[in-house]
Amino acid sequence: MYSYSGKCLVVDLTTQSTRLEELSESLLSSYLGGVGLGTRLLLEKCPPGAGPLSPDNPLVFASSGLAGTMVPTASKHAVVTKSPLTGLVGDSLSSSHWSLALKRAGYDAMVITGMAPSWVYLFIDDDIVHSRKAEHLLGKGSSQTEEAIRRDAGDNRVRVASIGPGGERLVRYACISNDSSRQAGRTGTGAVMGSKRLKAIAIRGTRPISVWDLDGLQKVCSDLYARSQTSSTEKYRILGTPGNVLVLNRLSALPTRNFQQASFEGAEGISGEHLAECYLAKVTACATCPIACEHLYRVQEGPYAGLEMMLDYESLFALGPLCGISSVPAVLKAAELCDFYGIDTISTGGCIAWAMECFEKGLLTANDTQGLDLSFGNPDALVTMVERIGKREGVGDLLAEGTMRASAQLKGGSEHWAIHSKGLELPGYDPRSMKTQALGFAVGLRGGCHNRSPSYEVDMSPGVDRLKAEPGRGLLNKEKEDFAAVLDSLIICKFMRRCFDDFFAEASRLYTLATGIKMGPAGLKQVGERVNNLKKAFNIREGWTQADDWLPPRMFKDPIPSGEATGAVLSEGELRMMIDAYYKARGWTASGLIPLSKLKELGMDDVVELMKGQRNGAQVHPLRG
Amino acid sequence: MERKYIHCEVDKCTGCRICEFVCSAAKEGRFHQELSRIRVAHPTPAVVVSIACRFCENAPCIAACPKDALTMSGENNTLQLDKARCTGCGWCIEACDFGAITVDRSTKSVVMCDLCPSLPQPRCVETCPKKALSLSTSEAVAQRARDRAAAKSTES
Repeated sequence: MYSYSGKCLVVDLTTQSTRLEELSESLLSSYLGGVGLGTRLLLEKCPPGAGPLSPDNPLVFASSGLAGTMVPTASKHAVVTKSPLTGLVGDSLSSSHWSLALKRAGYDAMVITGMAPSWVYLFIDDDIVHSRKAEHLLGKGSSQTEEAIRRDAGDNRVRVASIGPGGERLVRYACISNDSSRQAGRTGTGAVMGSKRLKAIAIRGTRPISVWDLDGLQKVCSDLYARSQTSSTEKYRILGTPGNVLVLNRLSALPTRNFQQASFEGAEGISGEHLAECYLAKVTACATCPIACEHLYRVQEGPYAGLEMMLDYESLFALGPLCGISSVPAVLKAAELCDFYGIDTISTGGCIAWAMECFEKGLLTANDTQGLDLSFGNPDALVTMVERIGKREGVGDLLAEGTMRASAQLKGGSEHWAIHSKGLELPGYDPRSMKTQALGFAVGLRGGCHNRSPSYEVDMSPGVDRLKAEPGRGLLNKEKEDFAAVLDSLIICKFMRRCFDDFFAEASRLYTLATGIKMGPAGLKQVGERVNNLKKAFNIREGWTQADDWLPPRMFKDPIPSGEATGAVLSEGELRMMIDAYYKARGWTASGLIPLSKLKELGMDDVVELMKGQRNGAQVHPLRG
Repeated sequence: MERKYIHCEVDKCTGCRICEFVCSAAKEGRFHQELSRIRVAHPTPAVVVSIACRFCENAPCIAACPKDALTMSGENNTLQLDKARCTGCGWCIEACDFGAITVDRSTKSVVMCDLCPSLPQPRCVETCPKKALSLSTSEAVAQRARDRAAAKSTES
């Protein structure tokens, strides 16, 4: 076995002890790494029914067989835990130098359990693990935390993943940031880290990585580097993901003012094209990424002059159109504050947009907002609210719980416009005008997500009527999810996906060249199905019920009012029909459960044992954990 | 022979470090960024550049070496190390303004760019996905700068 170390570092913060566990070749080749390996370790280490913010919930970091090699975009890691937003599997990816450091310190995975007696950070110096006091780091953002730790270490090879003040205060959608500008953004992994009183994980990883066939790997990678500079990645290289704004706006799929509209009159002014012309300062890349999608924008004038910030489409949509904001500097400032407090930009934007609609409808008043005019389109309100969420101050304390819990508390019909699935706020694709994506959001295993269920690609394919629901979308969504799970476990960035001519053939070859482990195209493809069944198995054990696979009321009651898809809306019947087809395509029961035979077919006999202690869904509190 | 070195166009460099990966693979047979002969510096989000030995005309590392282990010679006019003399003391590293020299603890001597003399072109230049790296002379770099300045001066 090459590239992999076969080692998992287990840190118990309660007892301040560490141990190494072996990861067998069969386990690694079944789940690869990333989301797959991480979920497998979560299922094993998480006691059934553990509270997401309890010491029992393990926080898993998973590397991969390709990380640390020259495989394009493979410098990534996954964070997997039980999500404080959904009470189900929470998995999130991040990338770059910290990912390399984890692998090069000699670990394919790291599991953190327990809760430290007082705030600490871990310093992992290859095989030596220190726990250090972190009181002096409290209140610092991720960049400041990283700077302080590196200054103390006196070595810029020390890479840091940390939580900000939002994670310290258990904002349910807090993220874990690394290398200043990368985040494991979604599902609240940072709140779990905060609940353990763990401020940061600093790693100096200095081990070389050897692969099975270096010459073979170099040939395939050089070819992929060349393909990564062609039209297959043009969108990411030239405008970056903000290039989506005008495309989705034209399709009536750009969620605006909390999904009250699906196109935004200010779209031109916040478009990728406008940003490139007026704000672009530099284009950079994650480690080992030949594409380079990171667009650094600089504000030249006004109150935020001098601000430099990277921004992708999802952050831009959530802090822009979703809140009715058309001021680029305000969006950049809000994104900077999200990074400082260490909170997910999508959920933050979703929560603020929900609150703005509550304000519009009189459910929240100036009394509740300490006099702040929380109207859609008010840039100062946006920026102020991000800070209040990060500090859990005033109404920010309510919003820090996420839209599902905040609407359950505020009531007054606000559940109607709490735009989430399973508690995870929806990303920037309107499901009413993209019906395959509607299915993907409804059944998404980590909640509403375009990355784990990237079926917007189906809707945007030639010959597909995106406004129509058909049973065939069930299988298409399954295939998109399984492909994503393979990418997320290998790990290869989604932005590379179009650079492969025959993905499963080429990627399985890359895997073998790096690890020496035999893997064919069919075997690799099956990993995707295995990983998604594993995630589903965890969810079932933790109390998933069929009612969780659904979308917010607005999607069925409020048609899109304007634009190309005027009048588009979902019917409950058509969503039910697509969900039934999806369960069938997965080989699940009509109520969405996994038959034992399916687990056996996928070689997951060991998972059956780990499913014991399954919670009775009926007894689970609706807002789990 | 005119001095050649690896030149990095800062506008094109994205800081991906693929150069570090392929250099260490070529020289060490495995991926080991610290032993790459070309290294990326990325001190602030907007500032990034790859740096390898520039084979200075009046090289401070050669002057600094207490064992006289370094010379500028060979077919490519590159920095040559007499390994038998090198003690790995690292004084050359302190003398270098570019951080282009590294101690290899396994061999107890220093390593630096040799322009891959056995290859048609240096591995990093061949691989850089953004074509930010080139094997250049100071004169060639200056010519390109003059051309850019000229183009700018005639812009309407």
